[in-house]
Amino acid sequence: MAEIQIRNVAKTFGTYQALHSIDLTIADQEFMVLLGASGCGKTTLLRIIAGLETPSVGEVWIGGRRVDHLPPRERGIAMVFQNYAVFPHLTVFENVAFGLRMAKLDDRLVRERVERTAGLMHIEALLQRYSGQLSGGQRQRVAVARALAMEPDVILMDEPLSNLDALLRLEMRAELKGVLEASNTTTIYVTHDQVEAMSLADRISVMHQGRIVQAAEPVEVYRNPAAHFVGSFIGNPPMNFITARNQGDGKWQVAGQQFTGPSVASETLEFAIRPEDLSLAETGLQANVRVVEPLGAHILVTCDVEGSLFRAVIDSNSRVKAGDVLHIAPEPDRIRWFDPETTLAVA
Amino acid sequence: MSVAESPKLPGSPRRAGNILFGATALLLCAWVLVPIYLLIVNTLSSPEAVTAFPKSFVPGWDFANLEFFAGFAGILKALKNSVLVAGVTMLLAILIGAPAGYALSRFDFPGKSAFRILILMTRAFPLPLLALPLAVMFIRTGLDDTILGLAIVHTTLALPFSVLITFSLFSGIPIELEEAAWTLGCTREQAFRKVVLPLILPGIAASAVFAFVISWNEVFAASVLTIENRTLTAFLLQSLDVSPMHLKFAGGFVLVVPALIFIFAVRKYLFAMWGIANR
Repeated sequence: MAEIQIRNVAKTFGTYQALHSIDLTIADQEFMVLLGASGCGKTTLLRIIAGLETPSVGEVWIGGRRVDHLPPRERGIAMVFQNYAVFPHLTVFENVAFGLRMAKLDDRLVRERVERTAGLMHIEALLQRYSGQLSGGQRQRVAVARALAMEPDVILMDEPLSNLDALLRLEMRAELKGVLEASNTTTIYVTHDQVEAMSLADRISVMHQGRIVQAAEPVEVYRNPAAHFVGSFIGNPPMNFITARNQGDGKWQVAGQQFTGPSVASETLEFAIRPEDLSLAETGLQANVRVVEPLGAHILVTCDVEGSLFRAVIDSNSRVKAGDVLHIAPEPDRIRWFDPETTLAVA
Repeated sequence: MSVAESPKLPGSPRRAGNILFGATALLLCAWVLVPIYLLIVNTLSSPEAVTAFPKSFVPGWDFANLEFFAGFAGILKALKNSVLVAGVTMLLAILIGAPAGYALSRFDFPGKSAFRILILMTRAFPLPLLALPLAVMFIRTGLDDTILGLAIVHTTLALPFSVLITFSLFSGIPIELEEAAWTLGCTREQAFRKVVLPLILPGIAASAVFAFVISWNEVFAASVLTIENRTLTAFLLQSLDVSPMHLKFAGGFVLVVPALIFIFAVRKYLFAMWGIANR
């Protein structure tokens, strides 16, 4: 059992505030992904949980034990680093066995566990090699095997796939998911790749400028972004935004069209819609087409709606050309509203 | 990519590159080996052969020079002193230099860059300027004419290099390796011993050899600070100044050969490439 609680954790480096009072609970055996652009504090948060960085304030609890004053080795964690950190002077076998030897397990047990985890990660044939003789993907496997062999309560992964080429990343992603699901550990996984986050996570914590903006299931994060940032960061192409004017009684005017929205007093709101929730129609938002990009299954249309940049993903049978004037209609129940002041979602 | 595919034209750039490469390698080898070879030839020739003209390029296998040299009063003692001083210098330079190098590469502290410059500044003081006050101080403390005293002076000469060499060694080892070791159950000290140390040993050996050679070759401080316990350089400077040519060659030989043997002995650390082979 290893539930992780982060209570009011903040971190400053000199005058730079890397993390602003983070509160987050990660359930036992949950796969939590910390997602954000570089410099958003996700790696700092991971390193604080690992004990490689000390929080300026706040507490970290793992499995009901307060650990923020403990060194990494006493926290029951294992970590996989972005650059793999496979020890170059040891064979793959000794790398995987390293933590077990430190824990003074007897030789027979060490051999058993190393062989079992090596089997899981498909590196049995490499056990006598040195890291200099391995490819990037193989090193990645060794690094994961080394963490798994510890049978830790918590596995922390810092962008483990970002140094692999695209094809290998896809393959390792699926494999990691399978192995980690079977291992019953709590996993915290840092990445800047939204596709990785979507496909792996039980829950995603989207981070921005040292804060957690939203922590929810992947579909929820995608469908109901809690803030403007989440909508614009997640989804490729990202969400479309345009200003809506209050007409009273929950009616909002967007580019000459009227939509039903939240009944709030503010003068303007941000109207937001995902590109795939727009379709061609007889009436709708008037759009001047700028660029048309056929993507095979769909066409990505970049257009101008009353001065705002809009992207729509439409059926590949439509004959749209640059310069056309279209009418695009948003799916009514997919429209989201954001407060322009706080950037937060308005229900 | 493959040699077979490349056209075998006599003037092709590939061939020209190969010839240039070979010639450069040959030249560099000759640069190092020819003086040593001549030194050996002349050492192993009779006194008449050394002064004769034209010179012979094969050794005469005449060990008279070396025998004379070995019998020369005090030479063995000077040799022993040199080895001891260089050995102590090597140890001190590493024991003091390596932790300083580690601190410089891993910790942030105020005045770090100033400290790095100061380390180099120690080399800016000319030794002759320091020699006299040092001699006086050493006589007062009783360190004059001792192995340790001279080794301390040589250590200050070797230290800047050992600090800067180990600094770059430690910096070349990703901190993640240590961090990985910490998460796998190591204390800071264990991580250093099990991960960092094996990785920097080749570099440490190189920096130790460097300290050894600096001490071995140093003559000024050795001449000023020792009288009875002269090192080989100081001893040879004193006694060979007025000796005939063949004895000078023998002296040079005795100076060069131990350093060569020493470097040969640690060569595997100098050329070690982890993960590929220990040649």
